[in-house]
Amino acid sequence: MLTAVVFTPLAGALIILALLHDPRVVRRFAIAVILVDLAIAIAIFCIFDPSDPGLQLEERINWIPALKVQYFLAVDGLNAPFVLLTGILGMCAALASGSINVRVREYFVWLLVLQTALVGVFLALDFVLFFVFWELQLIPMYFLISIWGSGRKEYSAMKFLAFTILGSAFMLVGFLAIYLSTGIFDMVALRNVDLDTLVIPAKVIFFLLAIGFIVKLPSWPFHSWLPDAHTDAPTGVSVILAGVLIKMGGYGLIRVCVSIFPGITQDYSWLIVALGVISIIYGALVTLRQSDLKRLIAFSSISHMGLVLLGIASIGAVSDHLTSTGLTGAAMQMFTHGTITGLLFILVGVVYEKAHTRYIPDLGGLAHSMPFVCVTFVIAGLASLGLPGLSGFVSEILVFLGAFSAWPWPTAIAVFGIVLAAGYILWMIQRVFFGPVSSKHVQVKDIGVLEAIPVAVLVATIVVVGIYPTFLTDVFSVGVDPIIENVRDIAR
Amino acid sequence: MTIHDIYLVSPELAMAGVAILVLFVDIALPRRNVVFLVAFLGLLVPFLMCVFLWGDTLVLDRSALFNTVTVDKFALFFKFLILGVVGVLILGSADYVERFSRTRGEFYTLILFSSIGMMFLASARELVSIYISLELTALPLVALAAFIRDERSSEAGFKFLILSGVSSAFLLYGMVLVYGFTGSTHLEQIALVVTEAGLSSGTYAMFAGIGLMVVGFGFKISMVPFQMWVPDVYEGAPTPVTAYLAVASKAAGFAVIIRVFHIAFQDVGIDWGTLFAVLSGLSMTVGNLLAISQTNVKRLLGYSTVAHAGYLLMGVAAMTSQVPSSSMDALGPSSVLFYLVGYAATNLAVFFALIAMIAKTGSEQINDLKGMVWRAPVLCAILTIGMVSLIGIPPTVGFMGKLYLFNAAISNELVWLALVGVINVVISSYYYLRLVTVMYRPSELIEKGAPCSMPVRLALGITVLGVVGIGIIPGPILDISEITIKAMVVAL
Repeated sequence: MLTAVVFTPLAGALIILALLHDPRVVRRFAIAVILVDLAIAIAIFCIFDPSDPGLQLEERINWIPALKVQYFLAVDGLNAPFVLLTGILGMCAALASGSINVRVREYFVWLLVLQTALVGVFLALDFVLFFVFWELQLIPMYFLISIWGSGRKEYSAMKFLAFTILGSAFMLVGFLAIYLSTGIFDMVALRNVDLDTLVIPAKVIFFLLAIGFIVKLPSWPFHSWLPDAHTDAPTGVSVILAGVLIKMGGYGLIRVCVSIFPGITQDYSWLIVALGVISIIYGALVTLRQSDLKRLIAFSSISHMGLVLLGIASIGAVSDHLTSTGLTGAAMQMFTHGTITGLLFILVGVVYEKAHTRYIPDLGGLAHSMPFVCVTFVIAGLASLGLPGLSGFVSEILVFLGAFSAWPWPTAIAVFGIVLAAGYILWMIQRVFFGPVSSKHVQVKDIGVLEAIPVAVLVATIVVVGIYPTFLTDVFSVGVDPIIENVRDIAR
Repeated sequence: MTIHDIYLVSPELAMAGVAILVLFVDIALPRRNVVFLVAFLGLLVPFLMCVFLWGDTLVLDRSALFNTVTVDKFALFFKFLILGVVGVLILGSADYVERFSRTRGEFYTLILFSSIGMMFLASARELVSIYISLELTALPLVALAAFIRDERSSEAGFKFLILSGVSSAFLLYGMVLVYGFTGSTHLEQIALVVTEAGLSSGTYAMFAGIGLMVVGFGFKISMVPFQMWVPDVYEGAPTPVTAYLAVASKAAGFAVIIRVFHIAFQDVGIDWGTLFAVLSGLSMTVGNLLAISQTNVKRLLGYSTVAHAGYLLMGVAAMTSQVPSSSMDALGPSSVLFYLVGYAATNLAVFFALIAMIAKTGSEQINDLKGMVWRAPVLCAILTIGMVSLIGIPPTVGFMGKLYLFNAAISNELVWLALVGVINVVISSYYYLRLVTVMYRPSELIEKGAPCSMPVRLALGITVLGVVGIGIIPGPILDISEITIKAMVVAL
């Protein structure tokens, strides 16, 4: 079942390459494949039993016996929601690619390969397999940005690639260093291994791995690839990039750094909190100054990803106060940010397509001509700034509650980021959708039916998670609890 | 020469027979396809002899010709590799050799003769035999490099002649010093003398001898700082010959380095592991940095092979293990063998795709590959896969090879070298991907040109299958390369 959810898109891509030529057929087929994949992802999420803290639906095969590398996929509370998220946003990206009309066939092939890599990263529990999927997303992403993007697309694609490869190269050395002392690549078994006997000090390995993940997240000061890549990517790819791809970084931090090196994470949680707070405030301040819609949302992502770091840093609390709230909040923040930002990017894509500009001063009064877009945009914006009742609020409150017991002052500073978020979101909505109607945009049409589907799905997700978050938080906390237990053991 | 000797060197003898037969057939039956078929099918004879020798457990004494060559698994591994490369090369150059209307037979004959030298080189266990085999390898290559007989090609041939002569002189002088100190040219005898004598006398002469031999071998494997012949010769030589130089010549060079240093100088008391580690780091960095600014495809690949010599040297450096266990000893050299297989498949795929593309554009400039994706989509896909493998991104063999090499380096406490390696991977991704990006740029030229002939398609198919197939299922080749090295360690 897990193999199916990982490799269905790849199989679809191969079929397109081998058999299909007509762009219209390719588009329909690719969407069908993604829908099948989403159906499997939903099925996995439903089958997943949130009362069982262990691994479920395990699939293990000896892949390279000489190096003890396994083909090892499994779901637990930590990755099950991300599989669902990847499925949903994959579908949204495919449906939001209506404006792609050059080399349609290759576009969808790359998009499907990307989907395989992303689902694979979340499910793989063997370092080598994890790394294979982690690197596999680079090549499709590079081509998707550099061929179908806009603006300085080749520069942005190369920048994205250089940052990520640099990060993952360090990560590879870290994995190998762990392998060398312990002889295993198995992420789950490594939780129980004594890491004091490593060839390289465990601290060094921790930082090698953490750099790889933090570049991806991205946190200040490794964030500069993100605005370029997001801005120049085509709409569907921006959705994937902001919605899923950067979540790999946060997921990796929790899955690898926190759960394998709990002691060291705790020792250096001051550093994580510092990076988190700087990202939140710096990201928000830079966001205020943006005049390109897409760039604005991209910078707000940096700010929101800072909250993930803040949530992770909550494990720095003394063991009496240590709860799973902060870590659950971090994971939730990634999920909710994925849906909210995905939605924002789709809507910006629609605005750009109809109004032919993303430059905020040129826009204005679009509420009259595109009411549907306006309403959904406002919902997404309010969710993004953390309005109670929508999903953003849930994750933010969890992060702040968790982090406050460990880091009261930094958390207090970080809360100020929310005020800034309210500022840039509301100001942006006001400038784009309300105010005087710009004469150029009187004739602009509202969203098409095909693109309305992903918008509706995402709005529904945001509202449902906002009103009834337990169905997600229960799952996440099942995944997070064993990690917190581990941290407590170390602290004792 | 006894029957036993003849049996053990039968692959080389058969190869010589094929080479001479090709020459006669070319004179007697000057038809287009006959020479090609004789050359290709003739390779089956030495191949079958190698298969017999590999499987034969009855012959216990595996040294022949007065103990100057040995036909152990290590030698046979390289013979298979070289035979495979020559076979695929003959297929892949089928279109290219059309332009040598009158000298086609000589082209094949020279390649075959050169490969005899390489096969002997893999077997040689005695300094004079090593020297003679190297000369037998190099001289046909000189003629081949000058085969087009225009200005650039003649320059390439001449340059190769002079520099390979100079390097042979270095090598010979080194051998003389080693012989003068140890009184023997047999590698085992040298090892024995070194172990018994310790470091009491003649140490500096010995060191000088070893140093000069490193210089001599360094030219052959295009290691920095002895790489200056590479770009000019690679650019001027006919492209199939460039491929042959880049792949087979380098493989044979590494075979002899591993054998000489593993057997003769294991206990010599100098830390040549560190020496090779430094040379490895230099080769990677210099090769990659110089490749960035190249505008000619063949020069770019020339510098890329210099960088890859650096990666391979990482495995050689890891041979002098500080960890006293035989399984660790095998890790360095066996990773070199595995990497060489992957390197051969990748580079041949890249070169064949480029030969076909250059035939369409008539230019070797990178910028003239513009728009190639419309003119030859399949070739572009192959070149893309090849470049991805050269960078070392999964799921290709390049990734598995680098994983294995870095693993060997880290397990021998060469962590800094592994870090230099990963940084180089990042640098190299820039110029490899630039080559790919150029192909996707739009261009006015759209004529498709003549399609590739059947043999070339076969060669492309085999090599791409190798790149992806071994990348996904590396187990068998990993096992074989480990068995090969362990057999050599046990034989000591």
